[in-house]
Formats: sequence, structure tokens, C-alpha cells
Amino acid sequence: MTDFSNEPTSRSPKQGRFAFARAVLANPLGLVACVMLVAVLCVAAFAPFIAPYAPGDLQIFKMNAPPGDGYLLGGDGAGRDILTRLIYGSRNTLAGAAVAVGVAGLIGVVTGLIAGYFGGNRDVVLSWVSDGLMALPALIVLLAFYQALGASIYLSMIVFGIMLSPSFFRLTRNLVNGVKHELYIDAARVSGLSDLRIIVRHVLRVIRAPLVIQTSIVAGIAIVIQAGLEFLGLGDPATPTWGGMLQNAFANMYTAPMAILWPGLAISVTVASFVLLANAIRDRLQQGDRVTAGTTPKPKPAPSSSHPRGDSPDDDVLLDVRDLVVGYPGKGGWTEVVRGVSLTLRRGEVLGLVGESGSGKTQTAFAILGLLSEGGRVLSGSILFDGQDLAHFSEKEMRPLRGKRIAYVPQEPMSNLDPVFRIGYQLVEPMVAVLGISRTEAKARALELLARVGLPDPKRTFSAYPHEISGGMAQRVLIAGAVSCKPDLLIADEPTTALDVTVQAEVLELMRNLQAEFGMSMILVTHNFGVVADSCERVAVMKDGAVVEMQEVTKLFAEPAHPYTKMLLGSVLNDTTVRSYVAPRNPEVTA
Amino acid sequence: MNPQLLVDCIDVNTHFGALHVLKNVSLTIRPGETVGLVGESGSGKTTLGRAILGIGPVSSGRILFNGTDIAGCPPGARAGEAAAIQAVFQDPYSSLNPSMTIEDILIEPVIARGLASRVDATAQVRKLLKQVALPTDAAQRYPREFSGGQRQRVAIARALALSPRLIVCDEPVSALDLSTQARVLDLFIEIQERTGVAYLFVSHDLSVVRHISHRVAVMRSGEIVEFGECDQVTARPAHDYTRRLLLAAPVADPIRQAERRAAFQALEKGN
Repeated sequence: MTDFSNEPTSRSPKQGRFAFARAVLANPLGLVACVMLVAVLCVAAFAPFIAPYAPGDLQIFKMNAPPGDGYLLGGDGAGRDILTRLIYGSRNTLAGAAVAVGVAGLIGVVTGLIAGYFGGNRDVVLSWVSDGLMALPALIVLLAFYQALGASIYLSMIVFGIMLSPSFFRLTRNLVNGVKHELYIDAARVSGLSDLRIIVRHVLRVIRAPLVIQTSIVAGIAIVIQAGLEFLGLGDPATPTWGGMLQNAFANMYTAPMAILWPGLAISVTVASFVLLANAIRDRLQQGDRVTAGTTPKPKPAPSSSHPRGDSPDDDVLLDVRDLVVGYPGKGGWTEVVRGVSLTLRRGEVLGLVGESGSGKTQTAFAILGLLSEGGRVLSGSILFDGQDLAHFSEKEMRPLRGKRIAYVPQEPMSNLDPVFRIGYQLVEPMVAVLGISRTEAKARALELLARVGLPDPKRTFSAYPHEISGGMAQRVLIAGAVSCKPDLLIADEPTTALDVTVQAEVLELMRNLQAEFGMSMILVTHNFGVVADSCERVAVMKDGAVVEMQEVTKLFAEPAHPYTKMLLGSVLNDTTVRSYVAPRNPEVTA
Repeated sequence: MNPQLLVDCIDVNTHFGALHVLKNVSLTIRPGETVGLVGESGSGKTTLGRAILGIGPVSSGRILFNGTDIAGCPPGARAGEAAAIQAVFQDPYSSLNPSMTIEDILIEPVIARGLASRVDATAQVRKLLKQVALPTDAAQRYPREFSGGQRQRVAIARALALSPRLIVCDEPVSALDLSTQARVLDLFIEIQERTGVAYLFVSHDLSVVRHISHRVAVMRSGEIVEFGECDQVTARPAHDYTRRLLLAAPVADPIRQAERRAAFQALEKGN
């Protein structure tokens, strides 16, 4: 039985089912918004117990009365208690918003799931309907319905919900399109789940968070629009609502200016709470496991450039990396991904940098290129390239070196060509910029290079767009671009990993020939020991950000010294004896 | 019909619009056997796997499983042992739903088929985890808390939940690190020896296929160009294309690789 403990466990923050809600509440804005919304909901639910009067009670002598004398917030234009109306108003306002959101969400999400999951004609028809609804001006439609159906705010809110449903439809449809090709959907289909259960169990579950955010925002919008309609006089004057109160207060603005404040405040606070809650959820989603802003640790003081200049009199050495430490800001200070790597590379030599994922091989290469991702930096050590220490070069200082003296071949050829520009343009522009040659000269050179890297029809490739060529051809184009400025050092990061094995053999052959022809030094980052054996002269084996062994290639394979190297070489599947087939007689039943 | 065969694909054709993706593909799998399916990208190897699983189209031809034609029959409409055919996919990151616990993932196939109540299915989870050498406390955790190799173990455990007689494995180790890959392959072999499940093992890597297969089929442009005993196909291939695949794959030994490279170049020049 294989041993579980040998496999690295990824960071496991024990997250329970309610961790997400807790995280949202930990955000002060999220907490305030939730408290406010819960308070408004409670007021609405227990209105008869809280309100001092019934909503229709009026005392004629308290028309537009100032606060006090039994009316805590004063009286409205008809002599009713503003506080009571406000409390009962929250009921009707929230119920109206809930109707709009409920209708919009139900229609939008259901149709969005159908359109996104099944696609085809259903998607086309539903998208047309949705676009048509979006093209209608909502307010005008509502006014028209008011004329036809009369003064029911609930009917208006149902109509408004239908008008709002495209926003849910579009969101849901796009989210579903994003997840429906995930392999777990295929796995669920293989398990025999019906489409309906796949949609409910898998799709809806994954996309629910953005839908919650949308619901919260739409609830805010619905309250505002509803209040607006009532303010225009479209509500039922007998039902207390915040919008209706606003209208009443507005009519009496010169006699009781304060009365307009209360419904306005109630609307603002509730809407703001909905929007803030949406923001808090969104922040939590986007944050993921990343470090929150503001906690970035201070960079360590720049290390003294302790590299003794006279230490490498060997002119033959092109690159001398010493005690390189690369870190990224983490939760409690710097997370070191490269921990004291030392390498030397002679002129014209091919060095393999080999290791498993997370070993720091790519980070080492990127540190040499000066292309560490956002936040990453060289914390200490030196990178001597032809006598210059690149470790603390600024972007500006790196620019004349990169592309001209240090070139780079990436892993994913397709994503490193801009789909918008023709290949010729992408080769000519850098040459014009870096070498300062004329455009015609650069074009002649580019055609020559495309022929050199083995493309059968250089002219056609020159005028082709990236999507018109295969992955292997794209990698040849990138190699042509990398060697176009005759670099001293070529750094290739898994250059053949994305390619088919026969194409890989051809590309490795090409790189080997170009390296010999131009006399370049090369660093080949790879996880494949076959590629190492094929192309490298020396090999550095990396593990957990450190080089555990550096050897001539024949020696490394013949007598690996470090136990980790031995383990890796032992995992290579060459020369395994083949299995012989024995028909199972009485197989033990699983599970 | 051969009663010795678990799977018998006869002249399977698949078209995607104008593209002819599978061309008269015939392939057999015996009970408890691993058939390796090798090919480069676009060769149709994944399409064949999906056709057998019932989640990919079949234009013509028959796929007999235990003698019953299951071609074009979606998984939900299959009955008996054909309903238990399972899959392990390439990418362990996208093959497990990030919002479900490992337990929910593992009981899903059983619940979907209505074979057991939720309580009974949950009782099986511990056993499944043990089979793939994962700790039992993994059940309440989420996929994101596990490494690639561990996730692939979860995917294997899910495939075992229905006690299938066939698992279609689509590049199940190509996203894994070298040492993890070797351990997961050994797990596949160990499970096969214990349970007698058969694998259709789709991979682009001839050395992986050689390690696990009894017989190997080589695909190119939708056709099977060579199908035979593992040792013969992966060491002494009869077809030129297989030979090219074999010689193109670099071997982890500088001296032998130099020879292999020379042989590959000789073959390329000969063509």
C-alpha cells in the first residue's frame, strides 16, 4: 500500500460550513450592514408590538405637529404619527422589495440556468427575450401598468421584478457557462445524475455566492425604485410606505420640513446596508486566501553586496548565482520560495534546473530574468551576470539586458503570442526596438530566423495570426524571437511540456542546434529527466527552494548522491517490466 | 460475441460536424485487464473514452459491454453493471467540485443510482478512503485542502464507490509530479489486483502506459494504428508511427538517450 504521509499536504485551514458567513461578519462593514438589516427586519416583523399607534390613527389637531406630545417624530400632513407610519412602512416597503427580488431572481436564475447549461436554441431564444426586456425603459413600463392595473404596489413590484430579471439571467448564464465544462460536471454525469440534479447539486452550489451578492444589490435598487414610484403617487395612499411618507412630507415641506428626514433616512440606511453587505461578501470572495492589503511585511534591509569581486576570476563563468533568496509577502512575514540557491553557468554551457512543482526552479529562473510576480523580491544573495549583480537591478536597469543579452522561452507558447497581431509584427518590433535596426532589415532577419527554426513556409508564418498555427510552430516562433538578438543566455522554462512528444523531440533538437550555433549558455527548467538527459550538460536538482545536488549529467544519472535525487530517479518509469494478464477468478467486491 | 470480453468496441465512428474524429475504431478489454490507449493531442483517444462513458457522441458502430450495446446510451439510462462504469479524469483540480466536502463527493454516485440511503452511503466513505490510503478525517474537508496527488486519490475513491467493473482513466497521472505519479500508478495496480476492475488507460506517455497496461492501442488521427501485447507495442513496435512515438520520448539516461535520439533522427530522415 502506498504511503499517504509522503505526499505533501497543502495548507489546511480547517474551514467549516459556516466559515464564509463568519468571515463576512468579521469585516466591520459586513457586520454593521447585517446588524442594520436584522434591525429593520425585526421592526417590520414586530410592527404591531412596537408602534405606539395604529397606522391609520389620526388626530386632526396634530397635522404637521412638531416632535413631542405623544408623537415622538411629529405628525404628518393628515395628523398621523410619523414614527408609527415609519414602522409600518418598513413592513410594506420590505415586502414590496422582496416581491420584486423574488420574481426577478426566480425568473432570472431559472432561465439563466437553462440557457447556460443546455445552450443551443434555448440559449438563443432566452437571450433574445432578455435583451428585449433590457431594452424597455422600466419606469415607463411601470407607469403604463399603473394606468392599466391600478394602484397596487405589489402588482407594480411583480412587473418590476420581471423587468429586473435580465440582470439575474445574464449573470447566471455567464456563471454557468464558466463552470459547465469543469470535469466534476462530467464526473457527475458519469455517476448517472440527471441534468436537474447536476444543476441543483453542482452548478447552483458553485455559483451561489455571486447570486447572493446580486440579490443584495437588486434588493437595494428595488427599494429605491419602489419609493420613487410611491413618491410619484403611484402607491395606495391608505398603505403606509416610506415612499408614500416621502410624498406626504414633500407636500408639507414648508410647514414641517423635518418630516421629510425620517423616511429619507430609513430608505438610505436600508439601501446602504444592502449594498455594503454585497460589498462585504464580494470582498471576502475576491480575497480568498490572499494576504489582506496593508499587512505586507516590510522588505528586509537591502543586503550588503557581499559578493567579493575578485572571487570569480574565471572569465569563463557567465552567470554566478550566490545564496539567492527569493520571497513573497505572506501572512506572517516573508514566505521564502527560493532559499539560498547557488549556481554557476559557464559560457556555452547548458544547465538543467530540475525539480517537482513547488521546488522553486521557475522562481529561480524568473529572479535571474528580473520577472518575479507581483510582490516577489530578491531578499538576499547575488546574481552576477557577466560581472554585473542583477539581484537588485531596477526594472529600468534590467530592460537593456532582457531580450538582448538574456532571452526567455516560456512554457505555454500560445499564451505568449498576442492573438491580435500578426506573427511577423511580433518578431520585427522587438528587433527594431532592441537592436535599433530598420524595419526592412528586421523583416529580412525575421524571415531568415523563421526558416532557421524549421518552419516550412516562413513567409506564410510571418503573415499569419497566432491562432492559425499549431502549438509546436508557435514554440518555434518564440524560439526564433528569443534568439533573434543573439543573446548570451537563454532561459527556457519547461519549453516542451505543453507539446506532443514527437514535437518535443524536434524542438529539443532545434534548441540544441541553435545553442551550439550561437554559442549561447542555456538554463533549461524542466521536471522531465528524459529532457535533462537529452539536452543538459550539468544538472541542478532542486527541492523546497534549495539545490540539493549539482552534477555533470552523466554522473548524476550514474551515481546520484542525494537521497532525493535517488528517489526521483527511482520514480522514473523507464524499463519497468510489463505486467502479465491473469483473468480475475473471484474478485473481491469493492466497497 | 466473445463471452471473455468485458468491452468490445466494433467499428465505432464519431463525427463532430464535418470532423471525423473516430474512424472505425475497434478495441476490446477483458475483465480485470488494463488496456493502454496512447496517442498525441487530437488523436481521438479522449473521444473514445467519453464514448464508452456515454458522455460523448457515437455516430455509428457498437460498444458492447458484457454483450449489451451501450453506444450512445447516456450514463443515467444505463442499467446493471454498465451503470457502474466510472471515470478518473486528468485534472484533479477541476474534477472535484470545490464547494462539496469529500464525503459528499464520495457518496454522490451511490445516491445518484439510488443504491443506498444517505446514511448507509456515508458509512462506506471510511472504507473508500482507506482503499486509496487517505486518512478518514478527510471526509469532512474540502478539495482545496488537498494536494494534487491526494485529490486524484479522492477521484479514484469516487470511481470505486459503485464497485465498477470498468474505469475509464483519462490521463489520470499527467498532471502529477514524478514521485506522486509513480505512487498513484501503483495504487491503480494494487486496486486492480484486489478487485479485478478493468481500466481503459488513456495517456500520451508511452512509459506510463507501459508501466500499467496489459495490452496497448496506439491512436493517430482517429484510427487505431497498432493494438497488441504491451511489451510488443511499447518495446518492439510494428507500426512506424508507434516507433516514432517511442523514439521521440526521451529516456532518463544520457547515454541511451543519445542513441535513441540518433535513431529518432534516422527515422525522421527516412520518412
